Amino acid sequence: MNNRRAFLGKAAALGGIAVAPGLFLFEPARAKGVTSKVRWGMLVDTTRCAEGCDACVAACNKENGLSGRTGPDDSQWIRKVELKEKATGRTLSLPVMCQHCAEPPCVDVCPTGASFKRADGIVLVDRHICIGCRYCMMACPYKARSFVHRPLHDQKPDVPRGQGCVESCTLCVQRVDRGGEPACVEACRAEGRNALLFGDLNDPASAISRRMREAGAKQIRADLQLNTGVRYQGI
Amino acid sequence: MREIEGRSRGWWALFALGAAVLLGMLLAWHAMETRGHIITGMTNQVVWGLPHVVAVFLILAASGVLNVASVASAFGKRFYKPLAPLSGWLAVVLLAGGLAVLGLDLGRSDRLIVALTHFNFKSIFAWNMFLYSGFFAIVGVYLWTMLDRTVGGYSSAAGRVAFVWRLVLTTGTGSIFGFLIAREAYASALLAPMFIVLSIAYGMAIYLLALIGVCAGSGRALGRGVIERIGRLLGWFVLAALYFVAVFHLTNLYLAKQIGVERFLLVDGGIYSWLFWVGQVLLGSVVPLVLLWLPATRGKRGATVTAAALIVLGGLAQMYVTIIGAQAWPLDLFPGYQMRSSFFDGVIHPYAPSLPEAALALGGFAIALLGALLGVKFLRLLPESLSDEALEPGAGAN
Repeated sequence: MNNRRAFLGKAAALGGIAVAPGLFLFEPARAKGVTSKVRWGMLVDTTRCAEGCDACVAACNKENGLSGRTGPDDSQWIRKVELKEKATGRTLSLPVMCQHCAEPPCVDVCPTGASFKRADGIVLVDRHICIGCRYCMMACPYKARSFVHRPLHDQKPDVPRGQGCVESCTLCVQRVDRGGEPACVEACRAEGRNALLFGDLNDPASAISRRMREAGAKQIRADLQLNTGVRYQGI
Repeated sequence: MREIEGRSRGWWALFALGAAVLLGMLLAWHAMETRGHIITGMTNQVVWGLPHVVAVFLILAASGVLNVASVASAFGKRFYKPLAPLSGWLAVVLLAGGLAVLGLDLGRSDRLIVALTHFNFKSIFAWNMFLYSGFFAIVGVYLWTMLDRTVGGYSSAAGRVAFVWRLVLTTGTGSIFGFLIAREAYASALLAPMFIVLSIAYGMAIYLLALIGVCAGSGRALGRGVIERIGRLLGWFVLAALYFVAVFHLTNLYLAKQIGVERFLLVDGGIYSWLFWVGQVLLGSVVPLVLLWLPATRGKRGATVTAAALIVLGGLAQMYVTIIGAQAWPLDLFPGYQMRSSFFDGVIHPYAPSLPEAALALGGFAIALLGALLGVKFLRLLPESLSDEALEPGAGAN
């Protein structure tokens, strides 16, 4: 009897050791720093964004392992949009990506909860429970999401993607969780344009909050009252 | 009540047809699973395509076909009572067909179990999973009370529950679209009641096709008065559907910001405008109404079958316009601006269904057909005779 008990105890301990890395090593990496005290956001200064420049798009594709193809079936997490005001002829150039809404319609409609918003405001798709129904794509007012239409090869270890799943801009969550900023922001700065500013919308002292306070910032389709995390100056 | 002769040549011919189409569906599904949705005409612009057109049509028809049974149980019309079991069975097989198409079109249909174990209760899709499975259970019990005399006393109560449930179910189906604030062509609470009326029109048309088919195949008498009576009721629902469609579009036309999308769907939309006016309105509504109501044609088998088939085709045209036309119209992110990008912003999105997705969609009909054939063979879904005299003694031909 004692032998058996001892054996079970050892087995449990061994089992615990075997499972521990999964529980203790990976979990903190995922959860570290994710708190509702911060709300990550981005400010796009359209007056500094130039037509024809797509450094942000190229950087996004490279960072996240996207093909960069622009066919109707291809994923585009960020795109450059050229605008011309019908009444005045005024032209504008700006990037559009997932707007990381505080009230995201994609999260509301997702039947399984695969579309979710992290505590820090980043809207993501859980690749493990996305069934590929595309209801979120029907619901998104910003056309921010893409469906993976083909088999994928050579994925980035940090950026899991999946055929038959929906995906969109993650604000480069893999960089943000390590204290970095999204690849598009870095690329825009490297181009010398500085049209993109990333930061904590909840912190009144952050650069992004200050600039939004001083220069004013608008939301795309503000009429929908989704409280987007991506804001625009000059629209 | 009796089963039909399940060895007739017609039965086997239809069964073989259904099985062949089902096989095509499974092959198409396998191809889409392995090669991805790239082999379909669906894109990141038109994300729901022909499979969804057929699936939503079948789900609507499933709810509507139960109307015949509801008239018998919820409204106590004795005339419809012998017609009710077939109506219940068709509801089950049509829903199964529609859901199969939806399920097999998923990007990850292998994860169907995830959809049944993870629920986000804010999602109308998640509610619908309960509404659909509940529908199977409730209609199943209702069928049992109709087919097993020992529990026949509960039939009326079960029928009432089924009646309420299917109204909620169709509200849920309509709400899938009604709550999509992003799409200009939707975003109307009117979609839910409109879908209820549409569902009854589609469902009763399919019921008439099945009834006439089964009676012809099994050599049962089917009175002209019986056909005429169901056809007349169907006509009212076709008219009501037209009314809702008119109000829906007129409301949108009244809202200045919706005029663009309405003009696209009704005038400039090419295939969508054609499908609307010729498919849905003329062939799917006006012509059937004439055939169902004109004294010279009403109650006649040929005319009724034509009318019902046209209503089905008109319904598919309507779903095509509603589901695909609405996506073909680009999202307006910046009102007042012209928009262009590498992601097809600001342009009409083209869509052409491919062979695999057409095969997948047709499979939904095949499942419903096979289910119906098995049902009429093994279950007592219809009485021995459906002559006018048998259903309404003393009423004559009308």
